[in-house]
Amino acid sequence: MSDTRILVIAEQEKGHLSSATARVMDAASRLGGSVDVLVAGSQANEAAQKAARLTGVSGVISVEDSAFDHMLAENMGALIVSLAEPYTHLLCASTTSGRNVMPRVAALLGVGQISDVIAVESADTFVRPIYAGSVLATVRSLDDKKVITIRPTAFEPVGEQDAASVSSEASTGDQGLVTFIDEQLAGGERPELGGARVIISGGRGLGSAENFRLIEGVADRLGAAVGASRAAVDAGYVPNDLQVGQTGKMVAPELYIAAGISGAVQHLAGMKDSKVIVAINSDEEAPIFQVADYGLVADLFQALPELERKL
Amino acid sequence: MKVLVAIKRVIDHNVRVRIREDHSDVDLTHAKMAMNPFCEIALEEAVRLKEQGIADEVVAVSIGDKSVQEQLRTAMALGADRALHVNSDTAVDSLGAARVLAEVVKRENPGLVLLGKQSIDSDSSQTGPMLAALTQLPQATFASKITIDGDRLEVTREIDGGLETLAMSLPAVVTTDLRLNEPRYAKLPAIMKAKKRPIESLEIDTLGVDVTPRQALIRVDIPRERQAGVRVASVDELIDRLKNEAKVI
Repeated sequence: MSDTRILVIAEQEKGHLSSATARVMDAASRLGGSVDVLVAGSQANEAAQKAARLTGVSGVISVEDSAFDHMLAENMGALIVSLAEPYTHLLCASTTSGRNVMPRVAALLGVGQISDVIAVESADTFVRPIYAGSVLATVRSLDDKKVITIRPTAFEPVGEQDAASVSSEASTGDQGLVTFIDEQLAGGERPELGGARVIISGGRGLGSAENFRLIEGVADRLGAAVGASRAAVDAGYVPNDLQVGQTGKMVAPELYIAAGISGAVQHLAGMKDSKVIVAINSDEEAPIFQVADYGLVADLFQALPELERKL
Repeated sequence: MKVLVAIKRVIDHNVRVRIREDHSDVDLTHAKMAMNPFCEIALEEAVRLKEQGIADEVVAVSIGDKSVQEQLRTAMALGADRALHVNSDTAVDSLGAARVLAEVVKRENPGLVLLGKQSIDSDSSQTGPMLAALTQLPQATFASKITIDGDRLEVTREIDGGLETLAMSLPAVVTTDLRLNEPRYAKLPAIMKAKKRPIESLEIDTLGVDVTPRQALIRVDIPRERQAGVRVASVDELIDRLKNEAKVI
């Protein structure tokens, strides 16, 4: 459809474009039509150059203003609404930022939002999981302007092209409603959970925060990201941003190793789209074995060190 | 300060959801219903603010047919002072709910509005930010810590990379994440007392808001189940299969 015009709202931090943007571009390309990308924040121009190289991008709008750092919903919302007029579709990744900003945008535009889309059927019809992923709903938007968040792991990152043009737009500035105080990021050298090719997650079966080192040992051998079940987070073994599940992160790596995780629905909702799932558990009745491609019934405290040694 | 808490009646989170044979929708007949878990957390936070002397009144509101009064009674048993039922025979979507709640906010003038971060049925995660937009209030979604000092609100939010803290002035809209608190259970005497308390009712069509659904449900499907694979006998066999069969390491 030639009259389809899409605006993808990218996330950037200190000039680095979020890896989810290339995946949202894949979803955008399935709608047909032209795709512009909006990049806003301090050092937006630097990230905009990277966005311009993503396959399928027609043009990039860069708004360099620190008011848009941390994707503050009040400021980003006003900016997106000011640019929304020519577009038929507004897309953003369903990250915590996208889920924070986009409903505000939709309400300001007086339209509904389609959250966490995992498949594009047509320019107005989409598939999204409901009930913690136990049901897939196919829904058609009845709005002229469609506000959509995309589940990044359900799409593939697009490749590179000759850079599209980058233009600058005027900032709508700080709306003065919210002040950013600080952030506590759980940094580290390991890959980020959302984009990792391999993930190893630990559950309550680890028994303590110290024993999570067994998981980290294997992770370092595989160059994997470390995840956790809600039980492990609630028991205080690891910080909550490592949680995989309905109330944590949705992941779909090539290899997912679940160690000491029983496999509650809540957890499965976050990882069951992984390509290969390995379960290591001492309880041979654990539900995780019903979804695992390879299951090993074993004591974690022997199996994990052995795995680390032999990899 | 008055705290308004939005409550949604949803299928109990332990129930396995089924779909109708014709794939037209999920099948909720005879399903056990309950208060959405994130709404429980929102209500708990409101009651704690009252116990700390920060809030002086907690008002619970729910939209739906008469059955939602059950959850409003639970809310009163858990510490809400009043309950407001917006009666609607048809389900409202997130924008519809946000528009109704915006009218309730206009009427009640709360100092703080608390909602869950998402309902476990539609998993949309929209109503809170939509309400904030319609009432032109600041928003803090996915809250794991709330600190109130006079009319200043500090909220720690769960974000993808960790946590961030925002400051804003009240009134504001806050949506609750899992780790904000551990909701209490209702005590039997409180449940008995809540049964007799009046619930104020409002008809949705008297509010003058457009709650026409923005989406048509075309069909529902059960996702293709993953099949159990093979049991491996040893770590050696596991490594061998991952290398040579699955080719993922």
